[in-house]
Amino acid sequence: MNVYIAADNIVSPLGFTSDENFERLKQMETGVKLISGSSLSVEDVFASVIDDEQLEKEFQKLHAGQEYTKLEKMVLLSVTDALKQNKNIDITSSKTLIILSTTKGNIDLLGKEEGNRFDKKRVYLWETANVIGKYFNNPNQPVVISNACVSGVLAIITGKRLLEEGNYDTMVVAGVDIMTHFVVSGFQSFKAVSNEIAKPYDASRNGISLGEGCGTVILTNDKQKVDNLEMKIKVMGGASSNDANHISGPSRTGDGLLLAIEKTLKDSGVTASEIDYISGHGTATIFNDDMESLAVTDAKLAEVPMNSLKSYFGHTLGAAGVIESIVGIHSMRKSMLIGTYNFKELGVTAPINIIRDTKELEITNCLKTAAGFGGCNAAVLFQKEN
Amino acid sequence: MNNYITAVCAIKNGKVMINDKVDFTNNAAGSDVDFLKSVYLHYQVSYPKFYKMDSLCKLAMVASELLIKTNKITERYKSEDIAIVIANSGSSLEVDTEHQKAISDKVNYFPSPAVFVYTLPNILIGEIAIRNKIKGENTFFIFDKFDAEFMSSYVNSLLNSNKEECCITGWVEFYDNNYEAFLITVEKNKEGNLNITNTKEELTKLYINQAQLAAS
Repeated sequence: MNVYIAADNIVSPLGFTSDENFERLKQMETGVKLISGSSLSVEDVFASVIDDEQLEKEFQKLHAGQEYTKLEKMVLLSVTDALKQNKNIDITSSKTLIILSTTKGNIDLLGKEEGNRFDKKRVYLWETANVIGKYFNNPNQPVVISNACVSGVLAIITGKRLLEEGNYDTMVVAGVDIMTHFVVSGFQSFKAVSNEIAKPYDASRNGISLGEGCGTVILTNDKQKVDNLEMKIKVMGGASSNDANHISGPSRTGDGLLLAIEKTLKDSGVTASEIDYISGHGTATIFNDDMESLAVTDAKLAEVPMNSLKSYFGHTLGAAGVIESIVGIHSMRKSMLIGTYNFKELGVTAPINIIRDTKELEITNCLKTAAGFGGCNAAVLFQKEN
Repeated sequence: MNNYITAVCAIKNGKVMINDKVDFTNNAAGSDVDFLKSVYLHYQVSYPKFYKMDSLCKLAMVASELLIKTNKITERYKSEDIAIVIANSGSSLEVDTEHQKAISDKVNYFPSPAVFVYTLPNILIGEIAIRNKIKGENTFFIFDKFDAEFMSSYVNSLLNSNKEECCITGWVEFYDNNYEAFLITVEKNKEGNLNITNTKEELTKLYINQAQLAAS
């Protein structure tokens, strides 16, 4: 069974549509900047944060009526725009399922100020998903995936698998996380946050930049629903794995990610030599990027052009896999690889081919990888249909 | 294609149920965490990392330990052929609340990495994976209650598509004075003591049965 990409959207500081975001990426403009005097952090911090006023302005256009949390607003805007991209998609159909990918959801509601405005139940991820499903009049109970930083990639893989089971013909996969004091303080306590904009794979990298955003990708197994798209892109396969090594650090050898990549290639019926582009995880921590370089090399992919988008969007946690996959899909549509912002000198264990400047290249097979806390890894493969 | 539930371990209401029998009861524990410690000690688990874990992972750790002991899946399958697919309702909100408390006061401001690392529900999958060297597929789902239909069909598709040979699956919840573990192994062949077909109906029956045992 073929599973196609029917529509997509990115909501981030770089824009409220995928096209707006991609245009900014092409120019190598980043959404990460120095945030000071904010309730998000006790000390100044580099992060990619959506302007509250702009979000509110965009959200007013939806005339949503009742009150929604910041995270929900981002999802409602993102899904609404994705639906606008493809008139063949009916989100109210019983054959359409919503999958929500998020690590922390409405975690800001645990704080007193935000928490007092909403029902206590709203902090449960399934309730957040129900609120979203209800807004769009979708009749099915949404599925929520919360699996650290691989959530987004897992949500796309899960969407494909659920389509293959045959009960649905459309999956609306939304990945979202917001910047909160909760998350920033946690990563700061880990000493994992960079004191400059993250530098993925670079010799002088010293940690992550955090970010917020929402990505929506709509999948369908009904080819008629993508007849309006000139280029048809398929989700070929995917897999996840566990390092079984450490809960807060990646495997030193990259064996877990390697396993996910190998299983993905097998699931997709594609060989390593056919991969044209890798959208990496590239958090810009010392250990993650080293681990990835080893896994990619062991998978015989060392020469394949690879980038990280973490220095543009920050690490958007549960949204990252979806947002970065969408950029990969647009790279395929536009034959344009995005350069890795802030990457100057390769500084990882194994030599890999990091894309420095945005450049044109025709892409048939795009591999998206991710890794996260809990020792989890995941990969998914997108292919252009001839 | 039929797949089979080959073992079950449930922990709820001061009781440990293994393969449909109450195996251990302790109603005298001071707190839910004290009860989990008593389970750990009673079964002589011997894994000192247990004490570092948050409550949700402690529960998952002992339940998975007792489950795997009954049918030795880690000896029978390769590490990459075993999947772990678990769900709950409250995510990691128990420890989330603890982290929130540590950062809510600007004067007494003490976020701890040892606490923060547990603020993701899939960490419990990581703990099970590390303890048992399991490297297969892992996914953590969130539902308002145990969804036998979704879980059985998701796991069946994982096995039927030959992505994995065996799966540890179920429900692990620890939040808001409510704890519950219900873990099963699902395999392609009848390998264990239970050998219940992994369907929505059978899984629902098994789940309800464990809850009734816990309440007995």
